[in-house]
Amino acid sequence: MTHAATVHSLWTTAAAAPDKIPSPDIEYGQLSPTLIVLGAAIVGVLIEALLPRRQRYVAQVFVSVVALAAAFAAVIGLAAGDYGTSKAHVAAMGAIAVDGPALFLQGTILLVALVAVFTFAERRLDPLVHGNRVDSFAAQAAAVPGGDAEKAAVKAGFTTTEVFPLVLFAVGGMLVFPSANDLLTLFVALEVFSLPLYVLCALARRHRALSQEAAVKYFLLGAFSSAFLLFGIALLYGYAGTVTYSGIADVVDGQVRNVTPALAGTMGNDALLLIGGAMVLMGLLFKIGAVPFHMWTPDVYQGAPTPVTGFMAAATKVAAFGALLRLLYVVLPGLRWDWRPVMWGVAIVTMLGGAIVAVTQTDVKRLLAYSSIAHAGFILAGVIATTPDGVSSVLFYLAAYSFVTLGAFAVVTLVRDAGGEATHLSKWAGLGRRSPLVAAVFAVFLLAFAGIPLTSGFAGKFAVFKAAADGGAGALVVIGVISSAIAAFFYIRVIVLMFFSEPRTDGPSVAVPSPLTSSAIAIGVAVTLVLGVAPQYFLDLASQAGVFVR
Amino acid sequence: MNPVNYLYLAALLFTIGAAGVVIRRNAIVLFMCVELMLNACNLAFVTFSRLHGNLDGQIIAFFTMVVAAAEVVVGLAIIVSVFRSRHSASVDDASLMKL
Repeated sequence: MTHAATVHSLWTTAAAAPDKIPSPDIEYGQLSPTLIVLGAAIVGVLIEALLPRRQRYVAQVFVSVVALAAAFAAVIGLAAGDYGTSKAHVAAMGAIAVDGPALFLQGTILLVALVAVFTFAERRLDPLVHGNRVDSFAAQAAAVPGGDAEKAAVKAGFTTTEVFPLVLFAVGGMLVFPSANDLLTLFVALEVFSLPLYVLCALARRHRALSQEAAVKYFLLGAFSSAFLLFGIALLYGYAGTVTYSGIADVVDGQVRNVTPALAGTMGNDALLLIGGAMVLMGLLFKIGAVPFHMWTPDVYQGAPTPVTGFMAAATKVAAFGALLRLLYVVLPGLRWDWRPVMWGVAIVTMLGGAIVAVTQTDVKRLLAYSSIAHAGFILAGVIATTPDGVSSVLFYLAAYSFVTLGAFAVVTLVRDAGGEATHLSKWAGLGRRSPLVAAVFAVFLLAFAGIPLTSGFAGKFAVFKAAADGGAGALVVIGVISSAIAAFFYIRVIVLMFFSEPRTDGPSVAVPSPLTSSAIAIGVAVTLVLGVAPQYFLDLASQAGVFVR
Repeated sequence: MNPVNYLYLAALLFTIGAAGVVIRRNAIVLFMCVELMLNACNLAFVTFSRLHGNLDGQIIAFFTMVVAAAEVVVGLAIIVSVFRSRHSASVDDASLMKL
């Protein structure tokens, strides 16, 4: 020890070594579903870069299917390890919740995505082009429609196998979206699943102008709504000084009392809370497709390639309702006397608006789009219940609805004429006489949409309306039943059209699909009937999973 | 200067952007207006960060920039592909699917 140091030590003591910044503690095992899917998406990008074109299709389908199945197995493993019930907690430094609703919705999204990948990989519906099998996606998305580059790409037999990694990225975002436990994670997950969907919408092989138009509309309106969501997040951050769900909930509940005078203008300012909460809700309702934020739905559903429409209609709704439930039940329960009237209004106009406008539609895909709007209204009725039953009924409805939707859009891909899919309703006249099986399967899906007993639609609607009535929203249930009756009218009308009118001579033919689409439709029918005939096991599962972690 | 003034500026920029999206008709201009809205959000985040004395808002601003950049990539790709097939970037021309 030097002389200076000894003297110095007379009047100082060594302070403790400065604390190291604690390294973040990530529970990789509990995040494994998301990590598997995103990892596989990156592998998919590498496949695009490194493998020759001929081998990409098989490799991409293999990687996607294996990854989605493995991620589903991981979700089952977590649920079996009680992470959905007793061990539910917040992982990844407070960013991700691992709890019952999150695991239930992640499992649903993964199964939906798995079935959707089957319809993406279908290559037998279109006739051979220059001796090559083709799928629903553009030969080369960058080529101008009808131009020389496109002709060359078609002749060379190019296919857009990039759709598989794009789907996996979208699924990765959707897995995070309902389990996000702070607003920043919510926003990033929203963009991670939206951006691939915008691109997927633009990739149709037939009617490319329509498809690109759908993508532009979806993109511009989607970016607009996510800007609103982000400004809402900024205001909530200003209100609470934090973006974690539990932190904001504490401030809303008045549990944080030590507000410094300097912050009196912002922290705990109700104007920031109300405006911010409304803007965040607006962003989520846009993704759900609730009236008055539904304008994009019909155009995008019609213009996007039909497999993409099916995937988007099913999985986006599941993910967005999961995020909405968590926001309303975890962050803003202290504000429920303010948001319940607003959501009442939104649910009523959504149910009635979707059902009434659907009656006038003449295109199958637009019809299904408006029906999806009406269904968003029915699900909102369950959200408004603000009871544990409300959560579990919404979870059940989402699982039931998503498989019906996937199956219905898969059937739409089969009915074709020279111009590709024949989506105009007049062409579906008499389909039941030409192809009884396809028409019967579509009728099953329509009856499930209408909520006829012995289909999953009935069990779901019953659960949601019962929860809403118990939660004190009786008037909403009455309006819901009325709009179900209106909706049943146009579903039945399509069934009558298929079975009881004369087939047109220039009518479409039904393509014989490969086992991929057949199994997708078969899974859709099976889930619809099983959830309709014996819903109790799944209702119990949903009610076990109905508790959020905070 | 009172930092709350920056909040008013952020709200003003956000409103200008939102009004632009509603009023203007060129897809590129619409897109620029959306970017203006995102930047207004960033300003609000940074201001609140200063008011609260924590760094969360500044970190979020970085995330927003990254997301905005990703959005530009996807958005310009879609808009350019539409422009090349129609020789117009007006959103009024994109009306093949009216009721």
